[in-house]
Amino acid sequence: MSQAKDFAPSCPAPIAQYPQVLLAHGGGGRLMHQLIERVFLSAFSNPLLDTGHDAAVLEVGAARIAFTTDSYVVRPLFFPGGTIGTLAVNGTVNDLAMAGARPLALSAGFIIEEGLAVETLQRVVASMQAAAVEAGVAIVTGDTKVVDRGKGDGVFINTAGVGVVEHGLRIAPASVRAGDAVILSGDIGRHGMAIMAVREGLQFESAIESDCAPLSAPVLDLVSSGVDVHCLRDITRGGLASALNEIAGSAKVGMTIDERPVPVREDVRGACEILGFDPMYVANEGRFIVFAPEHQADRVVEVLRRHPVSGDACVIGRLTLERPGLVVVRSILGATRVLDMLSGEQLPRIC
Amino acid sequence: MCLAVPGKIVSMSGDDPWARTAKVSFGGAIKDVSLAFLPDVNVDDYVIVHAGFALSQIDEKEALLIFEDLSKLAAGLDGDGESPA
Amino acid sequence: MKFIDEYRDPVAAQRWLAAIHGLVTRPWTLMEVCGGQTHAILKYGIDELLPREVTLLHGPGCPVCVTPLEKIDRALALASRPNVIFCSFGDMLRVPGTDRDLLAVKAAGGDVRIVYSPLDALKVALENPDKQVVFFAVGFETTAPGNAMAVYQARRAGLENFSVLVSHVLVPPALEAILGSPSCRVQGFLAAGHVCAVMGYTEYLPIAARYKVPIVVTGFEPLDLLQGIYLSVKQLEEGRAEVENQYSRVVTKQGNRQAQSIVTEVFCIVDRAWRGIGVIPGSGLGLRDAYAGFDAERRFDLSEVGPRPEPAECIAGLVLQGLKKPHECDAFGRRCTPEHPLGATMVSSEGACAAYYRHRRVAAGQEGAR
Repeated sequence: MSQAKDFAPSCPAPIAQYPQVLLAHGGGGRLMHQLIERVFLSAFSNPLLDTGHDAAVLEVGAARIAFTTDSYVVRPLFFPGGTIGTLAVNGTVNDLAMAGARPLALSAGFIIEEGLAVETLQRVVASMQAAAVEAGVAIVTGDTKVVDRGKGDGVFINTAGVGVVEHGLRIAPASVRAGDAVILSGDIGRHGMAIMAVREGLQFESAIESDCAPLSAPVLDLVSSGVDVHCLRDITRGGLASALNEIAGSAKVGMTIDERPVPVREDVRGACEILGFDPMYVANEGRFIVFAPEHQADRVVEVLRRHPVSGDACVIGRLTLERPGLVVVRSILGATRVLDMLSGEQLPRIC
Repeated sequence: MCLAVPGKIVSMSGDDPWARTAKVSFGGAIKDVSLAFLPDVNVDDYVIVHAGFALSQIDEKEALLIFEDLSKLAAGLDGDGESPA
Repeated sequence: MKFIDEYRDPVAAQRWLAAIHGLVTRPWTLMEVCGGQTHAILKYGIDELLPREVTLLHGPGCPVCVTPLEKIDRALALASRPNVIFCSFGDMLRVPGTDRDLLAVKAAGGDVRIVYSPLDALKVALENPDKQVVFFAVGFETTAPGNAMAVYQARRAGLENFSVLVSHVLVPPALEAILGSPSCRVQGFLAAGHVCAVMGYTEYLPIAARYKVPIVVTGFEPLDLLQGIYLSVKQLEEGRAEVENQYSRVVTKQGNRQAQSIVTEVFCIVDRAWRGIGVIPGSGLGLRDAYAGFDAERRFDLSEVGPRPEPAECIAGLVLQGLKKPHECDAFGRRCTPEHPLGATMVSSEGACAAYYRHRRVAAGQEGAR
């Protein structure tokens, strides 16, 4: 990856490798993955970490314990459909769910900026408790720190979660097989556009609400329904396209996706059109992908559709042997192209 | 360049022509848009919006022509026996 | 969504494709001017579905890509100043200057803000009276009226903390520069539909006549592009060289008079340098004397940002003129990628190189480079 001095001098001056971390490094795209690989994975490498899944599954005696962590830095703190607190609880519950685990308990660490109104903090915390109750977990331990004014965006929250894996499946990227069906749990793009709607300078007035929600119920239903679930991945930053690319990369399989059945709500589409966003790359917080044997695809859809949060589940593609690591998408006109991971974050454009 | 999107005028406000604005709906996502360059539009009209400005009103009759042209073409092609790729 | 979905109907698209296949008897080379059209062509795979005889070259209709290095460096210098709030369309944030881009300036502490409309930049100026607000006024004729309006309103309001860094470019002089080049292979143009929504299309009549090329004003949805290509190929097959309006639901011959009048009020035609191409006379817009007070290049001392040497033969320039395709560049996909772009055509979401990279063909061997 080093940009050696080997490019032709006639090209315009190159950007040096970014010596400082950019916001784009947090965008869920290729830059973020490069940072993770270069800095974190290389330093921490071990077999559990290297499975590259949302949660690590530890074998403790006869039990299998799932363990995960996430940090929440979203601004604004409150948005239609949720708060930084609901994101924190559901995000961690969902990471556990993606390992097929039943969530047991969460920790919550708060880094609070000096000057934050206590009432604001109370609103965030109340929303966390409500989300925890809905998800069937308790927040059992935590931490509190305060930083100088200007050193934090109101509040940052870190949550860690433990869950228990009560089935014999190994739900991880390594378990997927060529020929597996790819099933999407519902419509995409709501969370990212709900956030955009509130952020300074890009305001919409219709109520696009975040899809932030816990996913344990449909997942646990699925694993107990007899479906041989190979892998699960929730869609967060970077959107559907990034999640698909992550699995294709980790599992070293190819993927063929059909754009046509992917559901997008009309107001989300409208918001994406006007900002020049591709819904495939817009963040979600209550959607996931299932990788399961082809012959069980219909069963997966049937089970998922029993739950409101995955009521629009549909098959969107298949894993292939060709072109491992690449996600290929079929356009509405029938031509195919590579659906790449984004380099940084999507930026609103006028061009 | 020039990402411009069609939307429907839901409401309008402002008297000073240069300062007139509208709420325009894009599939239900509503945004404030300047009507400075379209003094004659009304509620329920469709406009093309670029960078916060409405630049053109969509001519709904012209919008159908492409489909009429296609029908005429189909009629012409059927007789020639040209085979599509 | 009305006026979008109908123009993405796959059945109608297949029928237009069949019509094009049925029409073509010889190889033809067309250029779509606008980067947004390039983006749509590659996203839907239209270039793959066309008959082999029809070649599409990608033109310089990407104002982000053609903004000269020096102007980017001036933007970076301004954005780095402690008292400046630098407002820009999102498109410009990752365009490489000599050694940085605006995102890097933001990371280092510069107050860089993305705006959706130039009027949002005016609002920032009103809300921050003790800061200087600079707006990066980039674009083709489509964006010029809005940018002009922002300056016009700033003057009306007597705003003293608002200024613009102007890098506006015009399409017709660019077409003439391309057509005037001895290595020009373009036989017909798909003109940029939204530019023409503002300007109308009378400017293209003398160009079509002089160079004997068909010019079809074309929209951005798949059916628009296919019909535009059909009409261009039909003209070429029949030996005609006229200006036609495919995008008639949006474009009229005269264009938008109100929009044109504000542009003429605030801007005048100037010579402009195009990154990778060089100076094209009369190809840009600059502020008129009455508005010169709002020119950021006059208000701020930017003398330390001198003219930057444009590389003698920059492949991005060849790509912009349609003389090379992105994958013919040695660095494409290897040393030059969207994460580490070497040139603006790889950065801009609709620069030809980025569009190629994101939507690149599955079959081609270049995947092996990843």
